[in-house]
Amino acid sequence: MSYRIIHYINQFYAGIGGEEKADIVPEIREGIVGPGQALKAAFGSDAEIVATVICGDSYFASNMEKASTEILDMMKKYSPDAVVAGPAFNAGRYGTACGALGEAVTKNLGIPVVSGMYPENPGVEMYKKSFYIVETPDSAAGMRKAVPAMAKLVLKLLKGEKLGTPAEEGYIERGVRKNKFYDKLAAERAVDMFVAKLKGEPFVTEYPMPVFDRVAPNPAIKNMKETVLALVTSGGICPKGNPDHIEASSASKFGEYDISGVTDLTCDSYCTAHGGYDATYADQDADRVLPVDVLREMEKEGVFKKLHNKFYTTVGNGTAVASSKRFAEEIARRLIADGVTAVILTST
Amino acid sequence: MVKEIERAGLPVVHVCTIVPISLTVGANRIVPAVAIPYPLGDPSRTMDEEKEIRRRLVEKSLKALQTEITEQTVFTD
Repeated sequence: MSYRIIHYINQFYAGIGGEEKADIVPEIREGIVGPGQALKAAFGSDAEIVATVICGDSYFASNMEKASTEILDMMKKYSPDAVVAGPAFNAGRYGTACGALGEAVTKNLGIPVVSGMYPENPGVEMYKKSFYIVETPDSAAGMRKAVPAMAKLVLKLLKGEKLGTPAEEGYIERGVRKNKFYDKLAAERAVDMFVAKLKGEPFVTEYPMPVFDRVAPNPAIKNMKETVLALVTSGGICPKGNPDHIEASSASKFGEYDISGVTDLTCDSYCTAHGGYDATYADQDADRVLPVDVLREMEKEGVFKKLHNKFYTTVGNGTAVASSKRFAEEIARRLIADGVTAVILTST
Repeated sequence: MVKEIERAGLPVVHVCTIVPISLTVGANRIVPAVAIPYPLGDPSRTMDEEKEIRRRLVEKSLKALQTEITEQTVFTD
């Protein structure tokens, strides 16, 4: 039996057009379109591309939920066994579309889905945890390399074969940790690794650390008396009762709270939602984490122009870097829109 | 979060207890705080003494925001 595959591509790879056609609505065509040809060759007789979904990148990016739903509905009629999206290489909106669709297929259809992207495609950071994304070069010049790897992975998933490590299979690490038995003890393996490092020999860590990027410091504030200061915290300070239910760990959201007229964070009105430190002291006096009392005094003294009447808070406890990044982008956008010119961010 | 706020163009100071983490994530202006559960306080002191500690840390933070820097800087005393 040959598996039924649906292939997702954008307007460009379908030969419809470039940016000027990027807002076309999704459509489904029977059989193969564009890069589906290479995919078909890679599948051989194991699988057949029964249909191809085409959608404009801008349409998808500006209507993500709607587009996903529309496409899922189109796909269901073809009863697919698996979905292949892209490869999107380093195309951001295309990668985001492939990623969002991959996640939607996984969640709603429960069938295997594989995409292919360059590691820096934003779709990777956003969706690598949801499904398998094969690492590809950054442009379509890498098509010949990307497609067979994607096809191979889909077939493995369809056949229920055991997958190897990301490096062995060629997909981007999803952050899934698996227990494994070794003949050598951890201590021996660590010493072996250390000796290899000392000798300048190659070695592979068993627990890669996340990579962090850097941003250059902004210029200093010239005139504090003209400065509008805002408070942001990862220490979870919030109105008593945590009205927005910010999670005690792995926060999925941040809170924005009005402190107009508030000169002191008292235990009657404020507490912490944080589950990663002893909350006793913050619950007694939240100024210990978010110094509203002192800043109000200094505001009165005219040290700076104004303390912004809203503060922003989340729980920095096992919270994904990607989530924090997303929260802070939105917080910064709101702060700038409100005329804030500098920020004090406190962390526990 | 500090880095994204900085990236958006707002000068930001990170008042935090675990300076190495702040350095790892890429904060640029860092003011070391008192302790994890009470970065800007000290429950072993009186409320007035605590407020004094807090005031000093906030003043230091404002000083950090007014200091031109070219690389990650930890503002100790």
